[in-house]
Amino acid sequence: MTVQLTHFSAAFVFALFASVVFGITHREATRDMILYGLKCFAMFLGGALLAGWAMWLVRR
Amino acid sequence: MANFTTAKTKAAAPAQPASLMPVIAPAVGWLIPGAGHIIQKRWIRGALLLVSIGTLFVLGLMMQGHIYKANGGDILEMLGFVGDLGAGGLYIVSLATGWGSAVVSNAVADYGKIFMIVAGLLNFIAVADAYHIAIGKKQ
Repeated sequence: MTVQLTHFSAAFVFALFASVVFGITHREATRDMILYGLKCFAMFLGGALLAGWAMWLVRR
Repeated sequence: MANFTTAKTKAAAPAQPASLMPVIAPAVGWLIPGAGHIIQKRWIRGALLLVSIGTLFVLGLMMQGHIYKANGGDILEMLGFVGDLGAGGLYIVSLATGWGSAVVSNAVADYGKIFMIVAGLLNFIAVADAYHIAIGKKQ
């Protein structure tokens, strides 16, 4: 059984699971874990989108 | 007077019971991602770690990602091996069954390879976290 993910869906899945682990392991309180996880998720996905647009601009 | 009080306090303090948890929790956590938290009664954290790391690794396999072996090749292969090794039992089972031995042939398979390495590295972080809980540095 094989899975074919698009670039964006691969980045989304990666950001989701990495953020969950970062949130749990890098903070003490539950609320802080959730906030830090959300922040990491936004940074991962936002960084990927920014890098994508930067590469598009460089290519032109 | 202050010294006397300190000495008295130290003498009255009960001896800490020796615990094997700082050794067992990281070992179990390495073998099964999240299990180091689960055996310390951090059920939700352990389950989330198991799902996150396990899914990332299995997705990597399903994307035809390549698993590195300890063949002492070039430095990048050795680093890949260290990353993969972090997944513990998932890595051992994959090696034993021959999964992940395909050659990376497209971009998705390359992502799969990275997914598995990152799953292993994330498990190293989870193992360190389980150790910190076991020694009382973290709740």
